[in-house]
Amino acid sequence: MAIDRKTVEHVAKLARLQLSGEELDRYGKQLGDILAYIAKLEKLDVSALEPLAHAVDTSNVFREDVPGPSLPRDAALQNAPEKTGDFFIVPKIIE
Amino acid sequence: MTDAVSIRQDIVSKKTSATAIAERFLSRIEAVDPKVRAFLSVNKPAALAAAKKVDEKIARGERVGLLAGLPVAVKDNICTIDAPTTCGSKILETYRPPYDATVVRRLREEDAVIVGKTNLDEFAMGSSTENSAFFTTRNPWNLQCVPGGSSGGSAAAVAAGMAPLSLGSDTGGSIRQPAALTGTVGFKPTYGRVSRYGLVAYGSSLDQIGPFGRSVRDVALLAQAISGHDALDSTSVNHAAPEFSTMLERDAAGLRLGVPKEYFGAGLDPEVRASVEAAIAALVAKGATRVEVSLPMTEYGIAAYYIVAPCEASSNLARYDGVHYGHRSKEYEDVITLMAKSREQGFGPEVTRRIILGTFALSSGYYDAYYNRALKVRRRIKQDFDRAFEQCDVIVGPTSPTPAFPVGAKASDPLAMYLCDVYTVATNLAGLPGVSLPCGLTGSGLPIGLQIQGRVLDDLAVLRAARVFERELALSLPWPSLT
Repeated sequence: MAIDRKTVEHVAKLARLQLSGEELDRYGKQLGDILAYIAKLEKLDVSALEPLAHAVDTSNVFREDVPGPSLPRDAALQNAPEKTGDFFIVPKIIE
Repeated sequence: MTDAVSIRQDIVSKKTSATAIAERFLSRIEAVDPKVRAFLSVNKPAALAAAKKVDEKIARGERVGLLAGLPVAVKDNICTIDAPTTCGSKILETYRPPYDATVVRRLREEDAVIVGKTNLDEFAMGSSTENSAFFTTRNPWNLQCVPGGSSGGSAAAVAAGMAPLSLGSDTGGSIRQPAALTGTVGFKPTYGRVSRYGLVAYGSSLDQIGPFGRSVRDVALLAQAISGHDALDSTSVNHAAPEFSTMLERDAAGLRLGVPKEYFGAGLDPEVRASVEAAIAALVAKGATRVEVSLPMTEYGIAAYYIVAPCEASSNLARYDGVHYGHRSKEYEDVITLMAKSREQGFGPEVTRRIILGTFALSSGYYDAYYNRALKVRRRIKQDFDRAFEQCDVIVGPTSPTPAFPVGAKASDPLAMYLCDVYTVATNLAGLPGVSLPCGLTGSGLPIGLQIQGRVLDDLAVLRAARVFERELALSLPWPSLT
């Protein structure tokens, strides 16, 4: 049960992955195999259950509102593939 | 080569020095690692400098830390300010973290000597280290075999005597499975017990850092050093960690071992079954009680995990955009193709596969059918464990259905590789602590691992049970052959 090329292409676009036609077909087939295996979850009646997103319940974790030092700007920029002064460089977005 | 606890004692009592120990392990790395390939980088000057500082402290009569002078290898998805952190990925090949992970800061505070960064499956996705973008680590017990994964480098480094201790991370078994395959002890603490600040995120509701060592005592020592609340990780639990290393000894008598029948079904290698059964019987002979329990959701664990983890991964890995850090494609037309090409060039096949799977399962129209259903199954899995723990103190069984397998054996079949984690993924889905320790060797001389799982936050019970097994089994494994 391969997932068709159009679906994989759509998903790849959402995930910002540029894949070749050969890759789309290969991942489509593998995705199909994995989903066929995962389909076993459909056998279970889960209608009465609440989803469990985190095993250990924690919510609204706040810290004290005390200002502290942030990462220095040059450290934050040290791994940028392209930068100028205090900025990351990206291709022009607005025409 | 001795254990970490004894090495520390010898350093503190000036029988040897931290420098001598660092030199000894660094030369072992030089001699052995060309065969094993556990390390992605070794930082000799930094290690020797750290060792020298420990020696100076001792000479001045100052108090030294829990890990004084102990060489530690660190998985390369844990940020270190003075060494690359590649995650085994081309996309982070040149990345230098501007900060230390909290666990690394703790290692330094406790006077450990970080010797290097270890190989892993790319972004910790895999069970063999074959998904590393750089090379495959070999199993010290048989160089034709994988060491398991994803923390295969950390496991192999300890197994081959290149470091007495190491750190790994475990999202679905990535500490316990390689520990089983390399004859080491590997411990995944309760979710939130150890800060994940500075651990490169994969499946955030599942990821946990933990230690490898050659004995339960050593692992308990390192676990103690890295545990505790951290304001920089909002999922970090606010419970003080017990002093694991001083509270390990207990009798077998009174220990209720839950044995789930689902862990001994089809797919389990007969030698692994026999070895694990014999270990349980040995403890029962010493007074422990065997309790038959059932974890009916076991067969659904992998399916639920391979929805939850890829969904979280697809979101976590969105940050690799070719803009802020990491690989950037040389050619692009606009910002969209810049990102899409950088990601396509930077990620290997397994990472790409999981991003596609996760993005698909979270996409409009599929969310309820996949992600939400998997989270409901996750609730059932947790309920299974809650019910089982009403009758027993810990749950024991095999860590991995098979011993180490040959390099290449499962590399082209993603699903076969996923099934390596059949006994370990549920631990992460339920947030439990779990440990793997050696319980024997196969006829062909490959290690077999026994897994112990415990209640949430009862890390101590898991380590104590592991120590009873270790003591009563009294295995004295030979050093791996390195052939």
